[in-house]
Amino acid sequence: MIITPTAACPECEADVLIPANAVQNELIACPDCGVELEIISLEPLTLDLAPQVEEDWGE
Amino acid sequence: MRVAVLATIIRPEEKLLLAALQAQGLQVDVILDRDLNFDVNADAEQASPSGAPWNAYDLVLERCVSTSRGLYALALLNAWGVRTLNSYATAATCADKLLTTLALARAGVPQPAARLAFTPESAMLAIEQIGYPVVLKPVTGSWGRLLAKVNDAETAEAIIEHRQTLGDYNHHLYYVQDYIEKGGRDIRAFVVGERTICAIYRTSAHWITNTARGGQASNCPVTPELDELCQRAAQAVGGGVLALDVFESADGLLVNEINHTMEFRNSSAPTGVDIAGEVAHYVVRVARAEVSA
Repeated sequence: MIITPTAACPECEADVLIPANAVQNELIACPDCGVELEIISLEPLTLDLAPQVEEDWGE
Repeated sequence: MRVAVLATIIRPEEKLLLAALQAQGLQVDVILDRDLNFDVNADAEQASPSGAPWNAYDLVLERCVSTSRGLYALALLNAWGVRTLNSYATAATCADKLLTTLALARAGVPQPAARLAFTPESAMLAIEQIGYPVVLKPVTGSWGRLLAKVNDAETAEAIIEHRQTLGDYNHHLYYVQDYIEKGGRDIRAFVVGERTICAIYRTSAHWITNTARGGQASNCPVTPELDELCQRAAQAVGGGVLALDVFESADGLLVNEINHTMEFRNSSAPTGVDIAGEVAHYVVRVARAEVSA
């Protein structure tokens, strides 16, 4: 049986599923509260709030 | 061959690019712009945040979502002789709507009429010279932020007063563009080097059709006319890896804007083109100096 890693959302403490092919510094969303999260580390699995959008962000 | 991907955070685009670059057999380091701390008086022998000196990289692929961080990093790296995609010259032109307009005009690329003014009075004159409706845009900005379609003089006066009162000096630069009736869609075309690799229609009931604002993506065939226009426009701003926004006007195709750190998460599926793979292949060619960017 494949066990999907999860980590607690630092905003709402919901369990967040981590994609199998996740990479460090990847942007993901909490399925419960919708906040954007950054995978700070894969070993150990660590999430933090993603950087907030700034005025000069874009394409 | 070793490349660095300079990023603010790893979005779906960067994740696809990392996989594609690794599939090319490249050694890939991710460098986050939050970790940058350049010795401006030194050169490319200084250590990058990865620990490797900048000149250990055959190419740095700039993918910062922060426009200003990306631009200054490119300025330094290019000054030190580090090969980048895009170049600072291309990025600086594309990041500024006035400089883009100027580059396209000099190359004779068709685009909407536009004027630049610096005061409320001259901005009103510029708007009236183009004729309603017009679009007021910040000269720097993205994702459709603070675009205003202006249908009449009362609205124009109100928006200008708000920008004068609430905005910083950047918002006192009045870039006025003719509003183009585009039939509920525009074209986003992707240029990689000397090829227009694919394009999408962005369809929306709203006049702002950015996919970041809810525009729906569908495949747009790259016709010889679209390809030729995109090539001319891309070369006008210096070439590289670019996404062009094109309007289908009654007078033909018009280039609206050119993006230098393009988002493409919604574009590979409808077009069937592996955009990340195309970019990675081009990275290899530029890094080997087979082509110049």
